[in-house]
Amino acid sequence: MAAFLQQVVSGLAQGAIFASLALALVLIYRSTDVLNFAQGEMATFTTFVAWSLMNQGVSYWPAFALTLVIAFVGGAAVERIIIRPVEHRPEIVIVIVTIGLLIALNGLTGWIWGAEVKAFDSPFPNETTDVAGVVISYQDLGVLCVCLATVLVLWAFFRFTTLGLVMRAVANSQEASRLMGVRVGWMLALGWGLAASLGAVAGMMAAPTAFLDPNLMLVILIYSFAAAVLGGIDSPVGAVVGGLTLGVLINVLGTYVDFIGGELRLPAALTVLLVVLLVRPQGLFGHRVVRRV
Amino acid sequence: MSWRTILRKAIGPALFVLAVVVVALLPRFMGEFRLLQFTLVAIYVIALLGLNILTGYSGQISLGHGAFVGVGAYVAALLSLGRPGLELYMLDPPDWIPIGDGMRPVFTIPIAALVTGIVGFIIGIPALRLGGISLALATLAIAVSFPILMKRFAEVTGGGGGLNLNLPETPFGWDISTRHWLYYEAWVAAGILFLLAWLLVRGRIGRAWRSIRDGEVAAVSAGVNPALYKTFAFGVSSAYAGAAGALFAIETAYVNPDTFPVSLSILLLAAAVIGGLGSLAGVVFGALLFEFLPIYSQEPPLFDLSLADQAPAVVFGVFLIVVMLLLPGGVAGLFRALANVVRGGRLRRAAPPGA
Amino acid sequence: MPLLELTDVFARYGPIQALHGVSLKVDEGEVVALLGANGAGKTTTLRSISGMTRTSGEITFDGRRIARRSTESVARLGIAHVPEGRGLFPELTVWENLRMGAVGGRGDFAEAAERVVGSFPWIERRRDQAAATLSGGEQQMLALGRALVGRPRLLMLDEPSLGLAPTVVRELFATVRRLNEDDGLTVLVVEQNARIALEVTSRAYVLEVGKVAVEGASDELARHERVRKSYLGY
Repeated sequence: MAAFLQQVVSGLAQGAIFASLALALVLIYRSTDVLNFAQGEMATFTTFVAWSLMNQGVSYWPAFALTLVIAFVGGAAVERIIIRPVEHRPEIVIVIVTIGLLIALNGLTGWIWGAEVKAFDSPFPNETTDVAGVVISYQDLGVLCVCLATVLVLWAFFRFTTLGLVMRAVANSQEASRLMGVRVGWMLALGWGLAASLGAVAGMMAAPTAFLDPNLMLVILIYSFAAAVLGGIDSPVGAVVGGLTLGVLINVLGTYVDFIGGELRLPAALTVLLVVLLVRPQGLFGHRVVRRV
Repeated sequence: MSWRTILRKAIGPALFVLAVVVVALLPRFMGEFRLLQFTLVAIYVIALLGLNILTGYSGQISLGHGAFVGVGAYVAALLSLGRPGLELYMLDPPDWIPIGDGMRPVFTIPIAALVTGIVGFIIGIPALRLGGISLALATLAIAVSFPILMKRFAEVTGGGGGLNLNLPETPFGWDISTRHWLYYEAWVAAGILFLLAWLLVRGRIGRAWRSIRDGEVAAVSAGVNPALYKTFAFGVSSAYAGAAGALFAIETAYVNPDTFPVSLSILLLAAAVIGGLGSLAGVVFGALLFEFLPIYSQEPPLFDLSLADQAPAVVFGVFLIVVMLLLPGGVAGLFRALANVVRGGRLRRAAPPGA
Repeated sequence: MPLLELTDVFARYGPIQALHGVSLKVDEGEVVALLGANGAGKTTTLRSISGMTRTSGEITFDGRRIARRSTESVARLGIAHVPEGRGLFPELTVWENLRMGAVGGRGDFAEAAERVVGSFPWIERRRDQAAATLSGGEQQMLALGRALVGRPRLLMLDEPSLGLAPTVVRELFATVRRLNEDDGLTVLVVEQNARIALEVTSRAYVLEVGKVAVEGASDELARHERVRKSYLGY
């Protein structure tokens, strides 16, 4: 039982990373109606920025904060410069543009920092603690706390601030928002900025255990996609629940089902997802809102 | 019919004949290495034809095309080696897999296409029911899982070490080298599959695909069953990928899980888009680009420099974005717009046909 | 100087020409109706003022030229536009919808909200309910309340009576009337229901195929033979 709970806890830590990136995807999906395939590469790029900062002698938390700011500015710039011109074109065009960004950023990251794996510092002690017989590593605990704290801050922002309200309104109806005098273009850029910062958190949390290389977030992006779709692509709560569920699921399946083992986690997780979606196409928390307004 | 209409109708076939002549004469002017490159172009033409049918004509994105190319390659490798060949690798696949005792590589091409097509059709059934986002996710997942699966089931595939094939000999006692034979084999296959694709997209099925692409609701009211046609498009597109994969395995005489990484799938989609979605001629541009852009962007001609390994990806990505921003019809759309100017028309936005 | 003036405005939706030279004006403190059949260009006229169509011609508001300005900047000048379908945010709560009204406007939200709640007391009781769950009449009232929270200088209502019960329509127009009389609010209202529109407005324009066909004082128009036959049905 203790061994099982241990797997659950480290699954939650892994899942918290999926949840952060999934939330970034949902954020952009709700406002721009498009899946940002470059979300993972944006996160990888900013994680490398953090690595460079720390390499220059900046200590962990200042580098962490600075990276969030850089990610925010970068994300907003991407929206303004690359996404804006195709905003009103068919969905497939926007998706392809984000795929172009994925390819270019992946190449650029490798070009700047090289393809070899880099060690990324962790702010958490490399020790474990014992809670009622369950051995928990501080690393897992720290990742879980940072990710959940980020999600909480974001939730509070959307729930309690006027800017957050306006951004939710834009996601609801761009035209109605314009009629209220909202500068919709800037709100979309803001959304991309926030999503990029969230992705940066996910990247910096993933890097110490997954090791930092240009393909750091590729598999994580797929899990996060899966988490977002599982939770319901238009539901922020769903993204978080979906991420945590998926994290626990792959850890438990990988540990206790011999056939799956370490290698087949991804295919197994996606098969589970496919089955869920066939039963409930809108995902666990997604809704097909009956828009009466 | 006016001269103008006749001219317009003749331009497609004329270009095709011209392409055939160029392809037939090209080997006279190049060495073995160039020949290999142009053989690969033919293979990419086939793969991109499939992707264009799916994305350009039926309007669905696949980020897993490279995996289906891989399936075709492995089918061809297993069939041409046969059980005796696999024994040399100490491989003993389960008896229920009908691998046979080895066959001439060229015969594996249609089988690989058929098997891959069926695999695609089966995967397409659940994936396509889920619609846009889930399809993108599912295909991306297939692309990521493919190398993992090939390594995991090493008792059939040889795992990470891959499988070596024998380069086939030139048949019928022709007096040309194997490389030349493979070149013609690939281009004949590409030509046949090109014509087949042309017949498909201009007929009833193509119309149904386009109506689905341009609006599913309209398609349903026109009596088209979107799920069926979408799944069929997925199957056809996979079959093309399978044929390309088989040729690739035969040509390079080697298959390995890492020959078919995620990036292959993603870059294939990029090449299809840059060449021009919804244009069969655009496929040729896309294939040329796919083969030569990486080479030339790493060592740009006219400049005496050698850029990093990652330069091609950056160029490809930026190119893709710029094309989407400025030329939604891709290279093919650009040519259409230019032709329009030459005919005295106005320069219009190079939009894909039907968009 | 009129508060709002349109001079020879043309507008198109993609390939379709919807306005063929509309000219009209609204003075400060007036309630003006824009009447006409379906497709005559009433909604397009409002959308052109709000910068939501491609227009040519001159539109001035308070002496400023606003043609071809963005929708949000027009809204920020103090034109509140309640569009067809009311333009609420379905997933936001009643109170959040109300708050959105103050985002681009001026002045204090709390004070303005208090006045709106004074007019529509139910808003306070149902403040945390999603807007999508309101009835049609409540949605229209909320949309009106939200517009007022921004303290507009000009209120534009597009078919406010659409889909509402007659008693609700009366109540709605009575509110508009009161706002005009008590606070001097200027209103431009597009209506299909010409009878009630002519009752509550002081002047009216009748649009036919994208042009002003008839204009005049509302009580005179109500007696005008062509208007009576075409739009009042007697």
